[in-house]
Amino acid sequence: MPAFWHWFIAAGTILFVIWCAWLVSWSAKQGPQNVADDDVVGHKWDGDLQEWNNPAPKWWLYLYFLTIAWAVGYMIAYPGLGSWGGALGWSQQGQYESEMQDAAARYEPIYEKFAAMDFEELSKNADANKLGKSLYASYCTTCHGSDARGATGYPNLTDDDWLWGNSEAALTATLKNGRGGVMPVLAPALGGDKGIDNMVKYVQSLSGIAEPDSDAMSAQSMFLAVCSACHNADGTGNQVFGAPNLTDDIWLYGSSDDAIRTTIVQGRNGMMPAHGELLGDNRTKILAAYIYSLSK
Amino acid sequence: MRHEQIEKSLNLMVVLIVVAISIGGLVEIIPLMFSSDATEPAENIEPYSALRLAGRDVYVREGCYNCHSQMIRPFRSETERYGPFTTAGETVYDRPFQFGSKRTGPDLARVGGRYSDEWQRLHLTDPRALVPESNMPGYPWLLENTVDPELITAKLKALRLLGDPYTDEQIAGAAAAVDGRSEMDALVAYLQELGTNRRDRR
Repeated sequence: MPAFWHWFIAAGTILFVIWCAWLVSWSAKQGPQNVADDDVVGHKWDGDLQEWNNPAPKWWLYLYFLTIAWAVGYMIAYPGLGSWGGALGWSQQGQYESEMQDAAARYEPIYEKFAAMDFEELSKNADANKLGKSLYASYCTTCHGSDARGATGYPNLTDDDWLWGNSEAALTATLKNGRGGVMPVLAPALGGDKGIDNMVKYVQSLSGIAEPDSDAMSAQSMFLAVCSACHNADGTGNQVFGAPNLTDDIWLYGSSDDAIRTTIVQGRNGMMPAHGELLGDNRTKILAAYIYSLSK
Repeated sequence: MRHEQIEKSLNLMVVLIVVAISIGGLVEIIPLMFSSDATEPAENIEPYSALRLAGRDVYVREGCYNCHSQMIRPFRSETERYGPFTTAGETVYDRPFQFGSKRTGPDLARVGGRYSDEWQRLHLTDPRALVPESNMPGYPWLLENTVDPELITAKLKALRLLGDPYTDEQIAGAAAAVDGRSEMDALVAYLQELGTNRRDRR
């Protein structure tokens, strides 16, 4: 900001405070203070009702002067007059930085202590899990739910089924870099409506929801050709691609005819956002251990 | 007493009132108009693309600012949760800025990339499907309303008149960029970009 404006701010502020002080003293009652003026404002109601023109109480007047004195002290102590930085050296940014430093000095040793621990051990440490729980509440609840049981399209973290694995490396990678679980649109490969229906049946039969009748089994060769690349020949999935196990009773997008059909016809785009920058290494490990502990 | 001289002279009273109520604005607002911190974009801050601008207008129309701020204050409790505090240079292309003054919901200044597009879509349509505790209203009609391509071209032109550095190509391509897109697409595009142009996210 050009220097002119610093002077403009300082001059405007100082002149206004002086002007306030002048106005208050000028309009205050002059002369002896404790003598009544017998002065009335000049109106008369109901024959004899009149309004006295008496000054406000003294303590009220002194409050005005007190606020003016306060303003002067404040402007000397704190930044406000243009480029004047204030006698106390306080600044918004400085206060923020010292707040952050205090917090780092207090919390970093705690994080570091936990981050140095063995992962398995960390997941059983009650204090670490308390920290992990509050991290979970800040960063994870909006998608995975406050009870960590997820929602349609958002994995349940309390069961023992893992799309991308639950090793320390897998969990940290998921938290840090995020994941993209892509189910491509595969309907065109299945040969029309009947083919899709049969595939839905076959997928359901893998976990025993539907009978493996002839319709379902007719899709088996197609499953081996199209789906097995990610979901494995036996349908048990593959954690390298985040491809779900189709043989258990856990369904990310639902197991109804409609849900599976939608998955095949429209594809799915599961997306876990990256949290590495938000969390930092130490907190990532604490949070990963907490999530690991949820499925125990 | 002397106060009568002011109170019984209407013209003098008017002058003094105007001085009293305008001095704050004169020293607090006007100098900022000449401060590069407040008038020039911060690093990496670009004018809104056509789709995002349309999304921003949906954001304003639906009154999102009534419950969501876009102003992270310089306190640890805020930056830990939302990301680095907001600076004036980040909001130079916001007309008007969306600082807001009340948080019924969380601050959104750095919400970009925190959730997937699909999450935003579902959450805007039916918030309680994803967050059972939420008291946010649903906005299902955004899925059906489409963005008006002609209007967005006019808006970009108007913003260029105000000094936003849109190029001719951007204005020529604006209509095509929003053609056939729903207001939901626009709003999600807007939200997913918020705060992402800063290099440090923490």
